[in-house]
Amino acid sequence: MEKFIKLKSIPAHIPLMNIDTDMIIPKQFLKTIKRTGLGKSLFYEMRYDESGKLIDTFILNNDPYSKSKILLAGKNFGCGSSREHAPWALLDFGIRCVISSSFADIFYNNCFNNGILPIIIDEKSIQELSEYSKRKEEIEVDLNEQMILYGNKKLTFDIESAKKKRLLEGLDNIGLSLKKIPNIEKFENSMNKTKPWI
Amino acid sequence: MSKTLYDKIWDDHIVHEENDGTALLYVDRHLVHEVTSPQAFEGLRIQGRQVRKPKLTLAVPDHNVPTTDRSKGISDKQSKIQVDTLRNNCKEFGINLFDVNDKRQGIVHIIGPEQGFTQPGTVIVCGDSHTATHGAFGSLAFGIGTSEVEHVLATQTLIQKKSKNFRVNVNGSLPAGVTSKDVILKIIGTIGTAGGTGYVIEFAGEVIRNLSVEQRMTICNMTIEAGARAGLIAPDDKTIEYFKDRPMSPKGENWTKAVAHWKKLFSDNDAKFDKEVNIDAKDIEPLVTWGTSPQDVSPITGEVPDPEKEKDKDRRTAMYRSLEYMGLKPKMKISDIKVDKIFIGSCTNGRIEDLRLAAKLLKGKKIASDVSAMVVPGSGLVKKQAEEEGIDKVFKNAGFEWREPGCSMCLGMNEDQLSSKERCASTSNRNFEGRQGRGGRTHLVSPGMAVAAAIKGYLADVREIN
Repeated sequence: MEKFIKLKSIPAHIPLMNIDTDMIIPKQFLKTIKRTGLGKSLFYEMRYDESGKLIDTFILNNDPYSKSKILLAGKNFGCGSSREHAPWALLDFGIRCVISSSFADIFYNNCFNNGILPIIIDEKSIQELSEYSKRKEEIEVDLNEQMILYGNKKLTFDIESAKKKRLLEGLDNIGLSLKKIPNIEKFENSMNKTKPWI
Repeated sequence: MSKTLYDKIWDDHIVHEENDGTALLYVDRHLVHEVTSPQAFEGLRIQGRQVRKPKLTLAVPDHNVPTTDRSKGISDKQSKIQVDTLRNNCKEFGINLFDVNDKRQGIVHIIGPEQGFTQPGTVIVCGDSHTATHGAFGSLAFGIGTSEVEHVLATQTLIQKKSKNFRVNVNGSLPAGVTSKDVILKIIGTIGTAGGTGYVIEFAGEVIRNLSVEQRMTICNMTIEAGARAGLIAPDDKTIEYFKDRPMSPKGENWTKAVAHWKKLFSDNDAKFDKEVNIDAKDIEPLVTWGTSPQDVSPITGEVPDPEKEKDKDRRTAMYRSLEYMGLKPKMKISDIKVDKIFIGSCTNGRIEDLRLAAKLLKGKKIASDVSAMVVPGSGLVKKQAEEEGIDKVFKNAGFEWREPGCSMCLGMNEDQLSSKERCASTSNRNFEGRQGRGGRTHLVSPGMAVAAAIKGYLADVREIN
């Protein structure tokens, strides 16, 4: 997994609440057995018309937003299904940071397994950052400092320390958990006695 | 110290805990399907890792299998690759698979309980958000991403941070025509689609206790639509009775031990909940959704809301977008909404009790001439049971198509989809834009309400069907 340390980009703002995983990546693209190649189908139904032509009013279809690495969105981003294809599609498009006032739990977790930083800040700050999207000005995210820098201002955000460490170091969760095999074995042995039906 | 049911199951599964509360949680049961697992198995192969406990995983293809004649195999190339890949992965890693033509094949959240693979007090995960369904049996069950599927396969554990405790009490008794689907839609409409984010919701109260276990599954199934990853209902005598003699249920001495454990699974009287909501059953009517979020609910006797009356600007914008997508005008009567299709099925409402209820209302009647309707049983065993009871004939005689089991039009990954602007009364769980097909318009309803709509050709009140 690629490390996440600092990121600078002109943010793309999609001012909609409850952007669900079906919007992020519709079902027909879940039939892949790979993690890559989903970027061109990100936000498919908002991005392409029924004949498959790009809809030029959609923000990500226009420069410089087609190269945005930071997405600003309305609250409850990523609600709906558990499909990891949603973060895979964002990542494949080039988005490594999503900023919203709230995220759905499963999507939020899935981001950290893919080197994507989801940042929670209040609605007012999102409005403020959206001005930078409009003006096509860069903002910078510094994970180590837990800070968003814009213009001559900055704002801080919260993140669990374990999740922060994983992104900063690009750690493989499975490798870490496999180091706990003795604990897992001990748990299983005890369970075999107390709950033999499992 | 007093504990909630969630606290008890959580504590019982901690393998290791970090100082910041991040826990390595043991997973007792893992369900796998064809869509969210290929990349997980591929990950294992790349790293040269094994499946730690193959017997604790059960696999079934359900999301993209055809619901029509399966004798010729799967014609869609990509779907076929996914189903074949699942078969090969199960073979390679020694995982039990109910394949497409197995009579036990069905929707993953229906076959788990049906087989007794699901059990009270266990931690159950699956790469599917509707894993919450299994919470109806007092198991901590939630959806996970594919990276987490891989983690569970390799370690039989999951890294988790504990959620907060939320209890929803549904008090009183349900009015005529109101079912558990209406109860959960009412709850989502009340707390909102993000109302449960960060929480595990325990459902309690007289109404919940009086529901059958299958009806309880409908409630827990849609917990994720309120933002909570897991829903829980304390097991009781009905739960224990349900699991007796299921193929994978504990047997003999283990049964006695298991039952003794299950009887301890309840929230203590003075357990503390971080949030609590009370709902009075008498305030619940048969409901339908009018918008593109499951929180957009209205009584069937009501009207499409007017966004102008909404004070929150973002919410108002979302409402306008929903109404435009749904092709509806503010203030029109819900019962004036004409439907094109009816879908009865899904992990929300594809069980035998759902089909019985629908068939009872439908018996001797015909669907409206300009409506097409289909029933997709939740599993091969549900289908078989229904056929033994003659339920298939009731549906077929009324004009419904009687299909093979799977997820089908709930998410339209197979051929069962809505066309653009087609309107469907659906017993499924999500009314998102494009969910049932690009441009398709979904109204979430109970099975009884789906039958009412099928007969009238409009969204209709189940209480007027007799």
